[in-house]
This record gives sequence, structure tokens and C-alpha cells, in this order.
Amino acid sequence: MTSKVGTLYRGGEGMWTWVLHRVTGVAVFFFLFVHVLDTALVRVSPNSYDAVIATYKTPIVNLLEVGLVGAVLFHALNGLRIILIDFWSKGPRLQRQMTWVIAAIWFVVMIPGVYFMLKHTIQTIFGSAA
Amino acid sequence: MSSTVNSGFSIEAPRSDGRNHQRSNYELYSWLFMRISGIILIVLVLGHLLIMNILDGGVQRINFAFVAGRWASPFWQVWDLTMLWLAMIHGTNGLRTIINDYAERNGTRFWLKMLLYTASAFTIVLGTLVIFTFDPNLG
Repeated sequence: MTSKVGTLYRGGEGMWTWVLHRVTGVAVFFFLFVHVLDTALVRVSPNSYDAVIATYKTPIVNLLEVGLVGAVLFHALNGLRIILIDFWSKGPRLQRQMTWVIAAIWFVVMIPGVYFMLKHTIQTIFGSAA
Repeated sequence: MSSTVNSGFSIEAPRSDGRNHQRSNYELYSWLFMRISGIILIVLVLGHLLIMNILDGGVQRINFAFVAGRWASPFWQVWDLTMLWLAMIHGTNGLRTIINDYAERNGTRFWLKMLLYTASAFTIVLGTLVIFTFDPNLG
């Protein structure tokens, strides 16, 4: 093992998936607080709920939703990988390969996901293709 | 590395803080909860995101009437309620771990966790009330 003085962090896929798991977890959790608050407006009035949901339909927030879905999807896939490392006898030995498998699944799911999420926004900005 | 010798009598370990640390399985249950709730949340949250953001026009079709239509069904009420509770507890426990890791001073750690628990309890209660008291004929 190479020695890196002054840090506990040794790099590699294992460290970076761990960092990403924390960052995406915190980001999604903070959004959850906001999301419960905005949904609570259904108890105030239909108009105030529709007004806050209108901001979710704007191009910039729409783009943030793509980031949210990407973060949740990574957190879910990496969570499954962690569970397999903990409970599957071959898990610890295959943890590195599983990292590349979840990366591949992430891309395969995100490509159509991004298309459908941004379809309306792109049509609005660049004019309807139909 | 030196190995630990298991002596038959009780004596304070070197450099112990002298406090009586009671053994509990709390962290074991916390670890297990993250995995079990995580698997359930994969279904609930990814399903929620697929329906709300991707299928059939995604977020563009969501409004008060859409929510009223969904919550007319007990199935989606139970789905959303389970998702709310599991996601909030899962997230709170994750952030608790992060606070324990990075907040070094006892006081900082304590108050950050109190802030976290207060915000989480408020949000769980608010969300639960919203689902149970929703009125489709409001306004």
C-alpha cells in the first residue's frame, strides 16, 4: 500500500463511491424537507399548490430535477452494491466490478430518463418540433 | 498490533474516560434498518420518480387535481405515507452518522443532532397530517 501522509483517504473506486453516497444522500435528504413543505400547500389552497408546482415546470428547476433523479438513482444502485458486499459471500471480492456494473446501469437508465424529463423544456425553448 | 488479553476480572482499560459505557445493539439495529429500509425505498422512491417525472408528460401534468386523483386511492396514500416515514428516518439516520463523523466537539455534535431530530419530527408530522387530512374539495 502506498503511504499518503496527512490524509486517511486513499483514493480508488471504493473511496469515491463512499464520498458520492454521502453527498447524494445529504442532497436528496435536504430536498425531501423542501418537497414535504411544497406538497403541504395542498392543505392551503389549490392555487397556492399549483403556483409552487409551476416553479417545478420551469427550465432551470426541470434541470435540477434531472440532477435529483441522477442522485437518487446513484444512491439506490450503490446502496444495493453495499448490501451485496455485506450479505453476499462473493460481494467483497467483486465490489470493484460491481462499481462498474452500477455505473453502466446508471447510464442506461439515465439516457431515456433525461430525454423524457427534458422533452417539454427543450420543445419550449427551441420551439415545438411537431 | 498487540492482542487483547481477556482477564477474568473487571478493570478500567488504559486511557478510558472512566465513564460506564453500556453495551447496546443500537448501532447494529441502525445498520440493519438502513439496509432494509433502503431496499423498500428503492421500489417506493424510484416508482415515485418514474411516475411523477418521467411517464406520461412527467412534472408538466402535475397540479392539485392530479394529487386529488391519486390520493383518492388508499393504495397511493399508503405508498406515500410509507415512503415519507422510511425516507425521513433513513435520511435522519444517515445525517446522524455524518454529524457523528465530522462534528468533533461534544456540544456541536449534540446541538446539530437536536436540530436534525427537531426538523425531522416536524416534517414527518406535517407530511402525515397532509396525507390524512387532504380535502379534494378545498377552495
